Amino acid sequence: MERILLFLATACFLTGFVRTGFALRSGRYHHSRFNLLASLLGFVFQTATLAVRGHQIKHCPLTNQFEMLVFLSWALVFLYLVVGPAFRLSLLGAFTEPLVLVLQTLALVLPVDVHRAPPLANFWLEAHAALSVIAYGAFGLSCIAGAMYLVQERQLKTHRLGPAFFEMPSIAHLATANLRLIRVGLLLLTLGFAAGVAVGTSPPPLMRLWGAIIWVVYLTILLRHRAGPRRVAVYSVLAFLLALLSFGWLNYFLHRPHL
Amino acid sequence: MSLLCFGLSHRTAGVEIRERFAVAESDFAAVIAEFNALPGVAESLIVSTCNRVEFYTACNETSTAAAAIGGFLQRRAGPGSQTPFYKLDGAASIHHLFRVVCGLDSMVIGETEILGQVKKAYAAAVAAGTTARRLNKLFQRAFNVAKEVRTKTCITRGPVSVGSAAVDLAERIFGELDSCKVVILGAGEMSELAAGALRSRGVRRMVVSNRSHDRAAALAEAMGAEAVPFDEWERRLGDADILISSTAAPHAIVTRQKLAATMNQRPDRPLFIIDLAVPRDVEPGVNELDGVYLYDIDSLQAVAQQGIETRRREIAVCEALIERHVAEFVQWLEAPPMNSKSPLREAVSEL
Repeated sequence: MERILLFLATACFLTGFVRTGFALRSGRYHHSRFNLLASLLGFVFQTATLAVRGHQIKHCPLTNQFEMLVFLSWALVFLYLVVGPAFRLSLLGAFTEPLVLVLQTLALVLPVDVHRAPPLANFWLEAHAALSVIAYGAFGLSCIAGAMYLVQERQLKTHRLGPAFFEMPSIAHLATANLRLIRVGLLLLTLGFAAGVAVGTSPPPLMRLWGAIIWVVYLTILLRHRAGPRRVAVYSVLAFLLALLSFGWLNYFLHRPHL
Repeated sequence: MSLLCFGLSHRTAGVEIRERFAVAESDFAAVIAEFNALPGVAESLIVSTCNRVEFYTACNETSTAAAAIGGFLQRRAGPGSQTPFYKLDGAASIHHLFRVVCGLDSMVIGETEILGQVKKAYAAAVAAGTTARRLNKLFQRAFNVAKEVRTKTCITRGPVSVGSAAVDLAERIFGELDSCKVVILGAGEMSELAAGALRSRGVRRMVVSNRSHDRAAALAEAMGAEAVPFDEWERRLGDADILISSTAAPHAIVTRQKLAATMNQRPDRPLFIIDLAVPRDVEPGVNELDGVYLYDIDSLQAVAQQGIETRRREIAVCEALIERHVAEFVQWLEAPPMNSKSPLREAVSEL
């Protein structure tokens, strides 16, 4: 059942992405509520997917890589809908859709939906996992804002303006959004770590080290933001790609999902 | 068919002819009353702008009305003078009006000012009581067509002049311009035009500097800006968001070396440089600095040209939309009339 719901969610995002892609390519992009509606509908299906899975396993649905991927893509859309109202009708939503599509397609296609006996229900453990994944959602959105900044900035520098150039948010808005999202992500990650400490048991040392590295990387970006918005944009893209690794090789190495 | 349009525009007559037929606001009531009283004329509306003068009429006897209007225009021109008006009849007049309000007949394709001007002309005619069922429906439909074209096509998109290109680029960099600080080097006409364009989009804080302080002061007063001595502009640049340069210097006065030092003090703040001078005031290498976006006159013209091309590509799409609406309106016109003479009722029926 949850795979059907996830498929429907993916179809919503794919529709929004394809429609926007064609419009951008033809130079006929108009701000409209279509992307917002597609994202809203996709979000409803994502939430239903996680709700059904959570009900089945009687636990927050973060017990295997399938659930982690779906939760992360849910967090990306959640943050886009809630934290970025200023950009809701702009292309930020359209640029979020491809990342969400990739994550959800991976969840649907890869053999990662392996049933694992969930740990005993523990509020702090679930809070730790959920806050951390939502933090990664904020980092993902900052990666998107950073990528958009770099695209827009490149066009301004080279004087080669693409067909949708004048529809994109200004680089000032993108730089502000990027920093804001990193701040939100770092706060959520810090709260997630605090919840993890409250669990009372220690995760594997490699996990703690990796979490600390990600936290330090983002803190450094924030503290060095005066180095210039272009550098912040580059770092936010690289940092998220680095953070995504923890969903890949670290989980494979340790045979259990963790952040 | 009972709709007529007599007009002249920038396409068909020079300004020395258009100005003879232009209808001033103070004369409007008298002129439209005279026009509306012509034999065969049932409804009338006059559009008079700097680029066109057009008389729209719904008539009961087309040939009588046409002859009477010809005489009216001749009287306005004066004895023996030419009246180089185009005469459009029926579907052609409807098509023309729709094209006009969509900006397809304007000097700058897709400009939106004409729609406001036609709306004003319509409001004046309604107030004068010279419109009824047909012209009410026609103009309400025209406004809807303009809105649809604007929404569904890119005909109004993109800058079409150097000034609007500069402003649009500034908005892509800074977003809102009302908190931007502008330094203007050189107090010539080009600087004034660019500064005026920025001011129209919300820029309030400007500093003018020129070798001749008197000229800087004169431009500053006109712009509501601050005039500073020419040896102070570099210091002011440290705090600026936009630099407009248009001096008569024979060589670059803004060098990469100087600007690099300035940008090092403000790495998180971009600087948009508009170099309108020939020879250029700003070294091209300045564009390679992080956070600096340099546009000279050629690159601004290229941006404007791109905008013009975008609009041109949209003309066919707009024309297709307009054709459909013309066909629908003609169908309505030929149908038996409803009992409606109120502009409000026509407006509601158009919704």
